[in-house]
Amino acid sequence: MRQIAFYGKGGIGKSTTSQNTIAALAEMGKRIMIVGCDPKADSTRLILHAKAQTSVMQLAGQRGSVEDLELEEVLVTGWRGIKCVESGGPEPGVGCAGRGVITAINFLEESGAYEDVDFVSYDVLGDVVCGGFAMPIREGKAQEIYIVTSGEMMAMYAANNIARGILKYAHSGGVRLGGLICNSRNVDREAKLIEALAARLGTQMIHFVPRDNQVQRAELRRLTVLEYSPDHPQAAEYRTLARKIAENRNFAIPTPLTMDELEELLLEYGILEGEDETIVGVTEAEEQAKVAAAV
Amino acid sequence: MRSSFAREEMQALINDVLQVYPEKARADRAKHVKPNDPTGGCKECAVKSNVKSRPGVMTVRGCAYAGSKGVVWGPVKDMVHVSHGPVGCGQYSWASRRNYALGTLGVDKFMEMQFTSDFQERDIVFGGDKKLGKLCDEVRELFPLAHGISIQSECPIGLIGDDIEAVAKKKAAELGVTVVPVRCEGFRGVSQSLGHHIANDAIRDWVLGKGEPATEPGPYDVAIIGDYNIGGDAWASRKIFEDMGLSVVAQWSGDGTLAELATTHRAKLNLIHCYRSMNYICRSMEEQYGTPWVEYNFFGPTKIVESMRKIAGFFDDVVKARAEAAIARYDAVFRAVNDKYRPRLEGKTFMLLVGGLRPRHTVGAYEDLGMEVIGTGYEFGHNDDYQRTYPELSEAILVYDDPTEYELEEFARRLRPDLMGAGIKEKYVYHKLGLPFRQMHSWDYSGPYHGVEGFAVFARDMDMAVNAPVWNLFQAPWKVEPGEKLAAAAKG
Repeated sequence: MRQIAFYGKGGIGKSTTSQNTIAALAEMGKRIMIVGCDPKADSTRLILHAKAQTSVMQLAGQRGSVEDLELEEVLVTGWRGIKCVESGGPEPGVGCAGRGVITAINFLEESGAYEDVDFVSYDVLGDVVCGGFAMPIREGKAQEIYIVTSGEMMAMYAANNIARGILKYAHSGGVRLGGLICNSRNVDREAKLIEALAARLGTQMIHFVPRDNQVQRAELRRLTVLEYSPDHPQAAEYRTLARKIAENRNFAIPTPLTMDELEELLLEYGILEGEDETIVGVTEAEEQAKVAAAV
Repeated sequence: MRSSFAREEMQALINDVLQVYPEKARADRAKHVKPNDPTGGCKECAVKSNVKSRPGVMTVRGCAYAGSKGVVWGPVKDMVHVSHGPVGCGQYSWASRRNYALGTLGVDKFMEMQFTSDFQERDIVFGGDKKLGKLCDEVRELFPLAHGISIQSECPIGLIGDDIEAVAKKKAAELGVTVVPVRCEGFRGVSQSLGHHIANDAIRDWVLGKGEPATEPGPYDVAIIGDYNIGGDAWASRKIFEDMGLSVVAQWSGDGTLAELATTHRAKLNLIHCYRSMNYICRSMEEQYGTPWVEYNFFGPTKIVESMRKIAGFFDDVVKARAEAAIARYDAVFRAVNDKYRPRLEGKTFMLLVGGLRPRHTVGAYEDLGMEVIGTGYEFGHNDDYQRTYPELSEAILVYDDPTEYELEEFARRLRPDLMGAGIKEKYVYHKLGLPFRQMHSWDYSGPYHGVEGFAVFARDMDMAVNAPVWNLFQAPWKVEPGEKLAAAAKG
């Protein structure tokens, strides 16, 4: 059994990319379980054709504790036999979502959810804000991390931060970075940029997923592209990505960049403009006064 | 045993005891253990205090929750104090302090009961505010006569960011009782001391000044601050104030009520016994209401008389005359106690490790009985406590802050006091060392020790410990002559 996890900045398309890729892995005959680690519980909707499945913590909250649950109540089987579980968690602003992830994963382990699968895939909330969201990359959990990113500045910042988190757990638990998945936003020289970032992080860009509205069309129908239009070129992209992941042997301990190094890289690719020290802290009124004085 | 030392000699002993530590720990602990300088003027003789304990040294300190729930709030008898969080904090601190209170359990007194929100995993994940609200409803339903609820936060409350203030406001309005949120999560601060401060602030913000006295305030209204009525201490103290013609309108918080806390701003003078745990509220009342405050000490005749005169100085000649008359009356009692116990205790030495007040306040009472302090220190005292302590002690005696288990034992082994005074965690260790011991937190199921009657109990208890015949019934190894050992071995 291989345990993999998808991380990346919020809104980058982690859930979409991971579900499409997993659908392609399932086509290859792999037995897969998805573990959604996000209180929003939206990591399995394209596989289940459902809005949001009943999550572990939702049911535990109603019943009293996870000890009162049976695995069958929260483990739902979707397209091509893909098993789906959502950890779930509280509403925004209350409680501890991180603890929800820990509790849910412990429950899954204790109730034998990890038996008879080839791949377990964790889909984790955007930022690793606390120990709870790092749970999937601790010892005995996901050994391969795939970071979904794009050529946009904030997505790359996030990717670098996630690499730092992986580095921390790489020594204590053995987790490795499997590669960057570039989910294209049609930024100039995007593939080159992500390849350069991957090289600096000591990993690979495992695949460049081009932007295609077919993904959104499928998503509107709560379907993966592979199910909605198996012959569409975008489906082939996900199949390629799935094959690369299945055959991946490049597992690296990442070498995260410092802030300065990352900014240099962005400068090099024109994502970031050179900083003009003379404008720092100057208000609009002061600028106008300066212009007036110069005239 | 010896009771006078030269400073160099005591410093050498300290160095020797601390020698076993690794260098860093030794350097750190050396700042916390010093020979006393009674002038308090020598800077390098000042003991470092109120900082984080070194890990692994077996400190006896508690946490902020212990300081708030256990010390300050717990004794307020007509309220329900909720240990908010998982069950352990409330369960294992249940009824562990001997603060006496009058009243009927379940009617106007709730201290003997343990209330907890008993957090489960789901309360952590989804937040515990709803449960807390429900708990308040249940408290109101079960005990309609309880005047208020205090919410004593355990660690997880601060970690998950529950909005207990909002719940408190909502429930206070709905239920028509005072509901006080206290942010005394145990991980805050370095000891229980911060919990005292947090609890004081919660009273200031949620209770103080919110009520008016039932009767017109009088010129002799005083409040007892920082007496937790251990074994009836506050009652014994109260008698003295009443003998002086003062009217005690509030007890903080031993045998105290919510109404007393709410109306104390009308008192003319705040009398503070435990400075460490309640100086904060005295300062608040001084700032907000201009109420003066005065520290006093009701342990032993010397300090009692001194304190009575100091307090009387705040009032008119009527009070001064009544104080003098009372002092004259007490004299016979003090004399009788002295006549009986002083001959049995004269010249005996003692060491103390107590919380934040008694390491200095009880010294006078021992001295009244002819006993001599050779070492003392606080679990959680601050610099201002130590500044008040140095002048009370003689030259070069041992002063230790937050001593480790090893240090205290080792000092006791070497100095061999005739009596140790500390808490339950130490007691049996010192018994095994062959040392008489008294619990100076709980008074060992005895008390009161405050006031006139308290001194008689105190003297009896110290005599009982020091002169117990049991200490003569075994042979201490260091007293066995080598010849005797051989003889014993030959006998088989």
